[in-house]
Order: sequence, then C-alpha cells, then structure tokens
Amino acid sequence: MQDLTEGILELLRLTSTDLPPDVEAALHEAMQQEEPGSAARGALETILENVELSRKNSTPICQDTGTPIFYVYHPAGWSTQALRRQIEAAVVQATQKSYLRPNSVDSLNGKNSGNNLGGHYFPTVHFQEVDGETLTIELMLKGGGSENCGAQYSLPHTALGAGRDLAGVRKAVLDGAYQAQGQGCAPGILGVAIGGDRGSAFFTSKEVLFRKLDEPNPDPQLNELEARLTSEINQLGIGPMGFGGKTTVLGVKIDSLHRLPACYFVTMSYMCWAYRRRKMTVAGDQVKYE
Amino acid sequence: MVELSIPLSDEAIRSLKVGDTVALSGVMITGRDTVHKWMVDTFIKKTRPPQGDDLEVYNAIKPLLHSSVIYHCGPVVAGLDTRQYKFVAAGPTTSIREEPYQGAVMDHFKVKGVIGKGGMGPKTLKACQDVPGVYLHAIGGAASLIAQTVKRVLSVYKYEFGVPEAMWVIEVKDFPAVVTMDAHGHSLHAEVEAHSKAVLQDLLTRPLESIPK
Ligand code: SF4
Repeated sequence: MQDLTEGILELLRLTSTDLPPDVEAALHEAMQQEEPGSAARGALETILENVELSRKNSTPICQDTGTPIFYVYHPAGWSTQALRRQIEAAVVQATQKSYLRPNSVDSLNGKNSGNNLGGHYFPTVHFQEVDGETLTIELMLKGGGSENCGAQYSLPHTALGAGRDLAGVRKAVLDGAYQAQGQGCAPGILGVAIGGDRGSAFFTSKEVLFRKLDEPNPDPQLNELEARLTSEINQLGIGPMGFGGKTTVLGVKIDSLHRLPACYFVTMSYMCWAYRRRKMTVAGDQVKYE
Repeated sequence: MVELSIPLSDEAIRSLKVGDTVALSGVMITGRDTVHKWMVDTFIKKTRPPQGDDLEVYNAIKPLLHSSVIYHCGPVVAGLDTRQYKFVAAGPTTSIREEPYQGAVMDHFKVKGVIGKGGMGPKTLKACQDVPGVYLHAIGGAASLIAQTVKRVLSVYKYEFGVPEAMWVIEVKDFPAVVTMDAHGHSLHAEVEAHSKAVLQDLLTRPLESIPK
C-alpha cells in the first residue's frame, strides 16, 4: 500500500491556506451587491483581500483552523488502520508547519495536546469503501465560532408553529439563522439535515457542506427549498459580520434522512465564510487536488 | 473611512457613530480571558494580592492603556525562540466572554477602545458612554490581513499566561474595523437583532404554498 502522508499534508496546507474557487466567487458576488462605502461591503473587501494574501503567503486563512474532518472513499484492499495513521502523521506535521493551530483540548483537564491529535474524533475520519480504483479524500476544517452556532430542533415546535413537514423545516431553519446572527462569521453557509437521529443528523449536516455552492440539489423539492431559504434568510438583513446588509448566507444545503416514527429533527450546522474544504484523488501514482 | 490614531482623544471618540469604518494606527495591547480576570481580581476588586511581577507589569501597562485600545486576540506569533516576535495570524476572538470585566477595566485604565468580534453587552455599552469609549468590530477570520497591519511587536507582558493569552504590546498601521457600539449608547448589534427579529416574525406567518407537504 502507498504511503500518502506527504499527499495528505499537501491537502491540509491547501485547505487551510487556499479558499475553494466557488466560495471565493460567491464572496465576490456578495461584495458587489453591498452598498459602496457600507460596513458590509468593507467587511467583504477585507475578507477577499485576506483570502488573496493567505493564498500568496501560504498562511492560514483564519487562525482558527478548526476540527479537521476527513472523508475517505477507498477501493477494496486499502487498510483503513494504515490510512488513519497516515492522516494523523500528516496532521501532526501540518501543525508543526503552522498550517494548523494546535486545537485539540482535553475536556476534563483543559490541556491542549499541542499536535491536533486527541482520541477517536480528533481528527474526525470517516471511511467508506467504493467501487473502482480511485481513492478520494475530502477534508473540511470546521472552525469553533461557527460550530457554536449549530442547532437542532425537534418538531413539532410550538413557539415557531413548526409542524412535521417541509413548512416546519423552513421555519426551524429561518429561526436557526436568526439565532446565529453574525456570530459564526457571516456570511455563512447552512448545512441542514432533515430526520435521522440526533447523531446521524449532525454528521449529515456537515456532509452536505462538501457540495459545491452552485451544485443543484438532486431532489427538486429540496432544491426549491434551498433557494427559497437562501433568499429569505438574506431578507433578515443581518449581513456580513452582523453589520447589517444584503448577504447573511451564501447558500443553504439540505439532505434528508430516514427517521424513527416518533422523531422529526431539523439539524443545522453553520459554516463560516472561511469555508475550507478540499479534495484529493489518488489513482495509481497520480495525485490530484481540487 | 475614518482614520484614528492612538492615543485617542475624547472628541475623536465622541465623533464616531455605529456603522463607521475606521483605520486605526498606534500602540495597543492584546488581552483576553486570563488578562481581564487578572486585572479585575488583582487591581480593581482586589480579591487577590499582587504576586511576582504583578505590580511591575501594572505600572508598565497603565500609561500604555490610558486613552488606548485593548484587542481581544489570541495571535499566532513567530520568532518565539529568538524573541524576534512577528504576528503571523491575528484575527479577533469572541468578545462577549469579557463582558463581566470589560466595563470595569475601561473605567480603571481609561481604555477608550475595545476591539473584538460579535459585540458586547449593556455593561460595556455603559462604560463606552462614561469613559468615553467605543467598541470596534474587527473582521472575523481575516487573520493574515490583520497580522500585516501589525508593524512591530514592542513588548510582551505575562508571557506565562501562554502565547494566546499574554499581553502583546503592538504597533499597528491602518488596522481595519467597524464601530458597532458608540459613546452615545447605540449598539449596531442590538439594532440588527431587532430588525431581523421583525423580519423573522413576518416570514414565519407566510405559508409554504409552492412546496407540497
Ligand atoms: S467562525 Fe470561521 S472565520 Fe470566524 S473565527 Fe472561527 S474559523 Fe475563523
């Protein structure tokens, strides 16, 4: 089996220092829509300059480099144990090279491990076996300020008048976006899971964030709901950083899971504008990044 | 864009209003959770006697803080081993954690500006009116760009609090921020929240006809 440590280190560097093109384009478009001279426009201009600078200097876009979340899609025959060890080695090296800030803290004694390792979920690695010969690793860096803005609603929700249907889902998401205000470094991107149990729903609410901003939802109903929620949340006027303005979110991504008859959860993960996600594919000796 | 230089005059502070974009230049100090608690416990409420170099540090930072600015920031700093310090990444951290301390610290040291992100509460807003002072919102996540506005690291106090928690005395040039709480009792955060709440209430009453149940 190949040793991918070097390649994964590059994936970490790229993710931390180079914002994906679809996100940068969306931020650019948002900037042009804000009033010249407004605080909202100034915030987006500063953000875009910062993105450019980080790419040029190969330094972290944001000092909070978050939880590294990996999704590994491997053909048969790869050892997931060995892959996990390589991912961990790359994470340690990326921390030494300051692509990642030491971010893994023991919840009981408050100690920072210093190398971004810590137990089974730090970093978080999901494995899935796939057909074919190509191995794909997707990585997301999920910052703390935005993570604090996530929420889970159990429907029906009386105060919101939200029942167990898509109309209820819409109300829950609108409320979640309002509650977050600008605190998660708006403009954000909402990952939403309908259904599931409390655990699978939170995982899914992050998985949908791997979709591209301009990628339509394969389900026409959800596609329509995504567009509608994006436009309605932007009517809230919270704006970049919560300064007021036209862009509160860059997009909403929704997935639906089977649920228990007794449960109906709407689960939301908030991703900040520093929407750091990248992908590497390995086919033979060929390693590609996007 | 308003150009502000530290030390800040009362007139300059009073002329600012929420929504103004500023470019800040001069000498300021970083401080977050440990520093605020240390200041309040040791020198303001005096619930703990000064220890070690506490008094020395107090005498050194007092003139620096007068009419100056505290920045809620846990920077990534290069050159730790050689002490040729350089800020590498220096975005703001969430300010509301300092709400129990900030007003008292502003009053005691006559701090006229607080920079952070997310805004602060009524105690700080009151201190902004009294001192007078302003709360300046930096751009969350813009860590590389803000680090570039830090021209020099002049000194560091309480290094033993850890790199993110220490007091870094820095000279900045054209540090970008937005006034979100002013000396006249206005808070942009409260205004935006009230406005968005009204819009939310209206949206919640609208049906979802186009999407079948
Ligand atoms: S919410 Fe995102 S952009 Fe803001 S400080 Fe955290 S990681 Fe950085």
